[in-house]
Amino acid sequence: MLQWLRQREWPWWQAGVLLGLLNALTFYVSNYYLSTSTTFSRATGMILSLFAPEHVAANAYYQAHKPIVDWQFMLVIGIFIGAFLAAKLSKSFQVSLVPDLFAARFGQGTARRWGIGLLGGVLLGFGARMADGCTSGHTLSGAAQLALSGWVATAGFFIGGIAVALLIYGRRSY
Amino acid sequence: MGPLEITGTARLVLGLATGIAFGFILQKGQALKFHKIIDALRLKDFTIWKLMFTAIGVGMIGIYGLHDLGLAKLQIKPTILSANILGGLIFGAGFALLGFCPGTCVGAAGEGRLDGLYSGVVGLLIGAGLYSEVYPYLLPGFLKIGALGKVTLPQLLGMRAWPVATLVALFLGAAIWFLDRIDRGARKKEQAAQLAPSPLKA
Repeated sequence: MLQWLRQREWPWWQAGVLLGLLNALTFYVSNYYLSTSTTFSRATGMILSLFAPEHVAANAYYQAHKPIVDWQFMLVIGIFIGAFLAAKLSKSFQVSLVPDLFAARFGQGTARRWGIGLLGGVLLGFGARMADGCTSGHTLSGAAQLALSGWVATAGFFIGGIAVALLIYGRRSY
Repeated sequence: MGPLEITGTARLVLGLATGIAFGFILQKGQALKFHKIIDALRLKDFTIWKLMFTAIGVGMIGIYGLHDLGLAKLQIKPTILSANILGGLIFGAGFALLGFCPGTCVGAAGEGRLDGLYSGVVGLLIGAGLYSEVYPYLLPGFLKIGALGKVTLPQLLGMRAWPVATLVALFLGAAIWFLDRIDRGARKKEQAAQLAPSPLKA
């Protein structure tokens, strides 16, 4: 068991089965589902509340998604801890600023990674909230529940993702 | 019967524990690696597709099984075609530019990939915040286009849940089998290329 936890990687089917089981179990244990992106709205709401509490209180979105720490907020913090533990256990934790593939395409500069990544992050956050979920809430959880919203949004995620990834990186090897 | 009802601080601890398991599995499954995600999106490496399809299939059987036992409630998000499609496509573009999705960018930061933090999390906070500002203007019009409510595929098709789940499971299984064949073929080709003498050196 310990050796298994120390493995550098698990085959895709092991990780996939475990992720599916974790999601199903979450429905029973927490009466909820794996999802992450609402947390970023709540967190931004908390930060804005420090400067403009009236503005946040009057906003319809923050009224529907209160800027509080809830189950999902803790889940997102947990993802960070879990990934850290997994990487440490297999001694694969390594600090890096720019991914190799990105550097091969755009150069080593951290500023460029910051700019392009930030633009990506903004679109990701905006798109996730507009679509009412991300690859966790819509794809892992929504599609598994056979929700129409989950399959439609997932199609959007991957059509958009494939198109832009091919546009940026093409199919060639780096 | 029904799902457990755990409230208060214990519920927050439960969220944290679930998140730790989630992050752990994503890390071991290679799903936090920038190049794995980008290669999945540019259709060169299907590891993440196979992992995701497996997780959806197992999750579906597990959720509907627990539901039939009376141990789980379905949590269907409403369908709003305009927002699901446009938001989905915007998300997809961000996914490819950043190389992470919201969950994996937090996980990637835990693995030491700090771009998940300084680009990803910062961008997500700004993007989610921008949407909150735009939301009141979208509410009366855009968010009513194609609003179908909490619809499931079985309801849409007028079928019961398990027959649809069986069809989806067969589709996922076939897709995994097919993608795995492509991955194996690509790996063989790569190995053959490494073994063959390079024309440049010859």
